[in-house]
Amino acid sequence: MSEYFELPLLILASSMIPGLIIFMLPEEAVRTRIALNMSGALIKVMLVGFVIWGVSNGQQYETRLPFLPGLDLVLKADALSILFITLSTVLWLVTTVYAIGYLENSPHRSRFFGFFSLCVTATVGIALAGNLITFVLFYELLTLTTYPLIVHRGTEEARQAGRTYLIHTMFGGALLLLGTVWLYSLTGTLEFTQRGFVSGLLPDHDNSLIIIFVLLIAGLGVKAALVPLHSWLPRAMVAPAPVSALLHAVAVVKAGAFGIVRVIYDVYGIEVASTLGVTLPLAIVAAITVIYGSVRALFQDDLKRRLAFSTISQVSYITLGIAVAGPIATIGGLVHLVHQGMMKITLFFCAGNLAETLGIHKVSEMDGVGRRMPLTMAAFTLGAFGMMGAPPLAGFVSKWYLGLGALDAGQDWVIFILAGSSLLNAMYFLPILHRAWFREPMHEWPATHYLWRRETAWALLLPPLFTAFLSLLLGLLASLPYSPLEWARFITSLQYAL
Amino acid sequence: MLIVLPLIGTLLCFLLPRQVKALGLMTALAIAASAVALLWQLLQQGAMRYSVGGWGAPLGIDLYADGLSLLMLLITATVGLAISIYANAAFKLDKLVHFWPLWLLLWTALNALFLSADLFNLYVSLELLGLSAVALVALAGGSAALGAAMRYLLVSLLGSMLYLLGLALLYHSFASVDIAILAQRMESTPAVWAAMALMTVGLLLKTALFPLHFWLPPAHANAPAAVSALLSALVVKGSFYILLRLWLEVFPLSHAAPGQLLGLLGAAAILWGGVQALRQTRLKMLIAYSTVSQLGYLFIAFPLATTMAWKGAMYLLLSHALAKSAMFLAAGNLLLFGGHDRITQLDRVAQRLPLTLAAFALAGVSIIGLPISGGFIGKWLLLTAAMQSGEWGWAVVMILGSLLAAAYIFKVIGYAFTQAEVTHEACEVSKTMGATAFVLALAAIVLGLIAPWLLALMDIAEPFAMSSAALNAGAAA
Amino acid sequence: MNNAYLYALTGIVLFTLGLYALIIYSHLLRKILAINIMASGVFLQLVALSTRARPLLDAVPHAMVITGIVVAVSATALALALMLRLRDASGSAELIEESTE
Repeated sequence: MSEYFELPLLILASSMIPGLIIFMLPEEAVRTRIALNMSGALIKVMLVGFVIWGVSNGQQYETRLPFLPGLDLVLKADALSILFITLSTVLWLVTTVYAIGYLENSPHRSRFFGFFSLCVTATVGIALAGNLITFVLFYELLTLTTYPLIVHRGTEEARQAGRTYLIHTMFGGALLLLGTVWLYSLTGTLEFTQRGFVSGLLPDHDNSLIIIFVLLIAGLGVKAALVPLHSWLPRAMVAPAPVSALLHAVAVVKAGAFGIVRVIYDVYGIEVASTLGVTLPLAIVAAITVIYGSVRALFQDDLKRRLAFSTISQVSYITLGIAVAGPIATIGGLVHLVHQGMMKITLFFCAGNLAETLGIHKVSEMDGVGRRMPLTMAAFTLGAFGMMGAPPLAGFVSKWYLGLGALDAGQDWVIFILAGSSLLNAMYFLPILHRAWFREPMHEWPATHYLWRRETAWALLLPPLFTAFLSLLLGLLASLPYSPLEWARFITSLQYAL
Repeated sequence: MLIVLPLIGTLLCFLLPRQVKALGLMTALAIAASAVALLWQLLQQGAMRYSVGGWGAPLGIDLYADGLSLLMLLITATVGLAISIYANAAFKLDKLVHFWPLWLLLWTALNALFLSADLFNLYVSLELLGLSAVALVALAGGSAALGAAMRYLLVSLLGSMLYLLGLALLYHSFASVDIAILAQRMESTPAVWAAMALMTVGLLLKTALFPLHFWLPPAHANAPAAVSALLSALVVKGSFYILLRLWLEVFPLSHAAPGQLLGLLGAAAILWGGVQALRQTRLKMLIAYSTVSQLGYLFIAFPLATTMAWKGAMYLLLSHALAKSAMFLAAGNLLLFGGHDRITQLDRVAQRLPLTLAAFALAGVSIIGLPISGGFIGKWLLLTAAMQSGEWGWAVVMILGSLLAAAYIFKVIGYAFTQAEVTHEACEVSKTMGATAFVLALAAIVLGLIAPWLLALMDIAEPFAMSSAALNAGAAA
Repeated sequence: MNNAYLYALTGIVLFTLGLYALIIYSHLLRKILAINIMASGVFLQLVALSTRARPLLDAVPHAMVITGIVVAVSATALALALMLRLRDASGSAELIEESTE
């Protein structure tokens, strides 16, 4: 609709403009920076709320800008993008609060917050992209803006991690671009369409389509951390905690997973993809990733690395759900996009709190922290149980649907993957909880300067509590209207024409 | 007109060395303004032809402007203006006294080159271009720069000689050197083929296509930063422009095999230049090899020879001009700042010279061809053209080239972020110098946003039509 | 074989000789001279071949050659000046292969 032409642009601008202004601010302008960040985040939340309301009433929001002859830059808010956009917007708000607390007094904050806002812009752009070229554009932008955040600390280790990250993502981006160009030369359009736009090519170009599919998925799989393209993620954990929390748990990996969803649904269409026989191999790769990530997580002593491997495993649930190619599994996969984000960000916030307040980086140092920081660890526990899929938490809902869907689609083996993964999840999370709550502390905790309940600064404490609470709510209230589960159902009904 | 203006500026600067700063800048502004005026005129009337002294085509000197030449003039004006400002800030007065006349002379040559309608006129401007460029390289002084300048001069003269010999053959066959007349009379004879080969080789030598690129890295790396920027951004493009004109208009015969050969050389240049750039330890050498690699892309258009491919190459050319000049200026700042340009010791410039590093990074984005930038548009067009002709091999080479570019550019940026000990006392870098580099880099990015408009400009008088028509005829037959 | 072709042929021979010398000799003065010889060859070529294009005397190539000679003279002057500067700076009038650091 023309009257809402600018709305998607505004959503982008609400984080981009503060980001660009922040670059120019001097280091000391703390208040201005906080004000800019928070107002940008709040405005974005409001805009997104407005869009949700509109879309559920059948309103269309689309921005179209000429980019190349025959190719426009399209930003479009449809049901699928709403899911991702809401997730990233809400979590951006939370993470901004957290980051302000976390990075207090550390150097180069202008640079950090500038790139941070740009990252969110890129993520939102990915969510809103209405065709493949726009998607590629923001996808690469995300790579570029996350790099400075990974190397932010400026140590040699950070530089190496940044290099690994770039090698992976640049390579992935190149594959994605190649696939996109190829597809464009075959079809002459890149517009995301419900149930795909390639079906016209079906009988003659089967092989090309399969190769393009592999190229696209490989390109996206890098960010989604599919095995064997995952190794950048654990290394990128050298970044500051808010970065790990928002970007590596949510934005970057989700951008990859979201892209896979887009490719299967709106480029190929689920029927074409099944006809080509590409979904089963993808499901297998995803299943391998689920198990592999969990097994590796078991052996990590570094808390953030353990969480990183857990992310690798959990994000592949989404891919798995889509690739199983049945409607119910799809619901599970999509809803996991939101649920996993909530739970994982809680865990990362908590890990950041431990590191920041007590200097704890390793699982083996966590004995008895539950007494020192009960609230943080309570949030952590909620997140961990959610990850294991204990009812009534959010993780349970998505696993339930995944399992049901797999049975429904006749892919019984997926059940075993899910069960195995839950078991492994329990194996690497329960020892942490046990240490934290039931063991005696090894030594006295360092004296603290935080007055409020001896826990930690409020800006660090509130975000994990909030997200933990949300992930509880998401599980309890999953069947209310506007909940992620209902949205996922809505999206699936469009795809499968139920 | 565009040619006379810088020439007058040259003379004035030469005569009045004390007011050189102001005079030079005024001339630069005037040239830029008249380039914009030409843009206005072309938009109103389409292609223009102007006979100097009213003699007309066979005898007199004709000037001709279409979309292609217009864009070249505009980019020259943009980059030229920025470099003028930079140079005024960077050079001391004793250097400026030499810099300004030479640079304006070079500008004269470039403008003449882009406006010439006959091959001999092109030769004269090309020679003028070469000579003034050599003198600019020598401006740095020191044996390395002088040696590089000497080598450059010899190569440049050799290239011109080859070109002139080819021109003699052409004149012998068709009794004219006017591009339009030649295009009408063109036929496929051995003499024409020989002429084409000679001229092409001569121009390739000047454009530094692999394996004739050996002179470029030392010359570009040893010159002062402002001059390196000029050379990489504009001077090599001058000879490429002639080559483009020749292939598009004078020899639009079916030339599949030579086109393939050029494409292969271009592909080799992309890869070789990229690998060499990655191996360099000095920043300016790295950027110079990157130029070798980027020039290779321009030649990928020759085997494809579709309108889209030509436009892609032109787009790359424009964005490379902006991005590479920004990069060299940024490198100049770093060099001045740290006293050296060893890549592994670019400690902490990210904190201490944020604007310069931002310029370098943005220019890098365009060089790699990441969105949103002019480089991306150019590569996208070339890639699509390659895919549409079913020649995916070229596409793969281009992608590999991009990956290499990403590797060498992020190598630099990665080191810029490290917190190593500061080894040198920082020298003052003026704000203007950082800002000009940044503005140029930003322009390269903006180029990615105004593609529809620029591509429409290229279509003024359809400079690419003949080649495509010939191709279609070939396909039909 | 008429006179014109003889001249043209001589032009080619001169050009080739010059090219050979340019590549072979390392002393810069010789290189510069070689370029000049190449230029003479090209000019000869231009004038000689133009007679065939138009049976009457054709002024255009002569104009070109004159322009060409002017250009060549200035190029030579620049080259010589550069050579002298180089000799002052590095002590020899030869091009040394650059060792890239």
